[in-house]
Amino acid sequence: MSTVIEEGGMPEGTGILTSIPQIPLTEECILRPGNTNCGGCGMSIGLTMLGRALAEANDTAMLAVPACCGAVTAGAFPTTSYGAPTVNTTFASAPAVAAGLAAVRDMNDESGQVIVWAGDGGTYDIGMASLSAAAERNERIIYICYDNEIYGNTGGQRSSATPPGARTTTTPEGKAEEKKDIIGIMAAHGIPYAASLSMAHPADFRRKLQNAFDTDGMSFLLIHSPCPTGWKSEPADSVELVRLAVRSGLFPLYEVFEGKRWRINDEPDGTDPVEYFKRQKRFKVEHLDLDGIRRGCAQRFARLKKLAEVFPG
Amino acid sequence: MPVEIVTGNHAAGYTLAVAGEANRNARGATCGIYPITPQTEIVEKVAAFPFTKGRVVPVESEHSAMGVVIGASLGGARAFTASSSNGLAYMVENIMVAGFYRLPVVMVAVNRTLGPPWNIWSDQGDTLMLRDFPWIQLYCSDNQEVSDLTLMAFRLAEDHRILLPVLVSMDAFIVSHTQQETNLPSQELADQFLPELDLPQRMRHDDPKTLGGMVWPDTTTTLRMEAHEAMLRVPEVYEECRQAFRDVFDRDPGAPIETFHTDDAETILVASATVATTARDVVRRRRASGEKVGLVKMRMFRPFPEEALRTACASASRVGVLDRDYAAGLGGVWWQDTRAAFQGHREDLVIQDYLLGIGGGDVTPETVDRVLDDLGTREKAGPPEWADIRREEVLA
Repeated sequence: MSTVIEEGGMPEGTGILTSIPQIPLTEECILRPGNTNCGGCGMSIGLTMLGRALAEANDTAMLAVPACCGAVTAGAFPTTSYGAPTVNTTFASAPAVAAGLAAVRDMNDESGQVIVWAGDGGTYDIGMASLSAAAERNERIIYICYDNEIYGNTGGQRSSATPPGARTTTTPEGKAEEKKDIIGIMAAHGIPYAASLSMAHPADFRRKLQNAFDTDGMSFLLIHSPCPTGWKSEPADSVELVRLAVRSGLFPLYEVFEGKRWRINDEPDGTDPVEYFKRQKRFKVEHLDLDGIRRGCAQRFARLKKLAEVFPG
Repeated sequence: MPVEIVTGNHAAGYTLAVAGEANRNARGATCGIYPITPQTEIVEKVAAFPFTKGRVVPVESEHSAMGVVIGASLGGARAFTASSSNGLAYMVENIMVAGFYRLPVVMVAVNRTLGPPWNIWSDQGDTLMLRDFPWIQLYCSDNQEVSDLTLMAFRLAEDHRILLPVLVSMDAFIVSHTQQETNLPSQELADQFLPELDLPQRMRHDDPKTLGGMVWPDTTTTLRMEAHEAMLRVPEVYEECRQAFRDVFDRDPGAPIETFHTDDAETILVASATVATTARDVVRRRRASGEKVGLVKMRMFRPFPEEALRTACASASRVGVLDRDYAAGLGGVWWQDTRAAFQGHREDLVIQDYLLGIGGGDVTPETVDRVLDDLGTREKAGPPEWADIRREEVLA
């Protein structure tokens, strides 16, 4: 069972694979073929990458999925696109349900990951209290938020993960408020591991999943998850968009260990954020405060860099 | 185990823990806990219990308490919690989920008035609000009943013919905080009475299934029908559990409804919980003076024991329902279901609603006497009577 996932294996700008990663042949995978998710859906790519990582680690998982696109991914009964045991939870309950599953696993000395697979609405908004409580108790679960910065399943309403300027059905003129710093919030709980992941950086993505698998306690992983339907972008641009977000400093890749030590995984290369904005119709570039956004990116990265220097991870 | 003098909360907490411990050789026990007056002592009791294989998860809300219970149950553990009043209201979404997932979990509820305005005293409006979910509901009058029915609840819930969650309720303070002599189950006898939990829908790596995904209307209807059929099997399975309980503990945990002087009664009161205890004393006294009055104590609310109620009231011409609850715009909840039970069977029967003890008001023998005096003269039923308030005095 070998997998070749090369950093940069997907050529910039084209969205076309030149060296195709080998998907390991397993009897079962987390996201089965034939699901009806949108083309270019970042959540689906993330699930596939999670499935590969589990297969490579020879590990298994149970999924707790709150209301989100991940809930409809299963498709209609009696078929399901999930190849792992999966429970749909109420919107705010996935961390609590996962804690129950993990408690029984641990009492019975069993192996396998218990993973919450949730969107940003279930994470930043309605699930915040149960997520915070699970983190405070340091539950042995992996919480993965695929952040498409929108209530995608309901047709694209603003969440507290929506970035400023983005037009949604409930912010038709563009959102005025900042996006929550969810990794800062989760790291402040002192959980063993919190990290941001980009599917344009698959080796880094894979390594961080493995870190989460190996963590004794709670991990929080944030995946920047393109949503062509909500972002009004080309499906083929999805991976390229999240690459631009990393390179411009809009979505820095970093890890926080125990809320105390920081490690930066990729430095912005000077790419202008406008390159990211102009390929998505949810933004009206002429309405954005580009200088303010550039300053924000620089300040955010400078702060992270200082933390990583003073408290290296 | 010797008889102990304990509160209703102590009886509930101890029995929940012993029931959980009885699953130690299977997949253990798990409890999500969150405090609310007047049930807090229950979860404190559970948290202090030295489980062999158990985890008590102290969560941040009632909603998550039931979330943990759902996850643990799906993992195959015996799972339970306790709550009350606004806590139950906050938990509602997940209470519904536990029912729809057909999880045999047990919740002890202490009946407390829903607020605002804040009122911690007894009122059944909180648990009766859950009436339309696939949960079995049992109501207790004293501490012994709390312990016995809590243990019964697990066996009933986990029976593969049932697989429904069970709610066991008691009155705030009148039972929850009152010490009584109570015969608590020893671990040895609880082990004998409770088989290990074997949950058919347990989440398993070797048989991955997706629970709760999208379904079409016909599947939804089929699932509702299956839950209904399981509800219909409850009386039969309850009787089996009751017999098993008698065999192990040598005492009777009680039938879904209990009758008192109903055989030839012309006037019958229908009551539950501690109101039924007070009503029984009044009925006993009035019987002694020759009045043909009787009492039906409702131990089970869901499934509603319609047939048993009809049989118990066969000789009656008047039924008075005592409701310590109020459903806005209609009247008492027990009264609504009592009326429905007789519809098409006894059109001649006068079924009158009496709203009393709302918000924890003391239901005295004098109030029950006034109810019987009023009921005895009725030729037909009227709108629900507010039987014990003196609004003029309250507003003065």
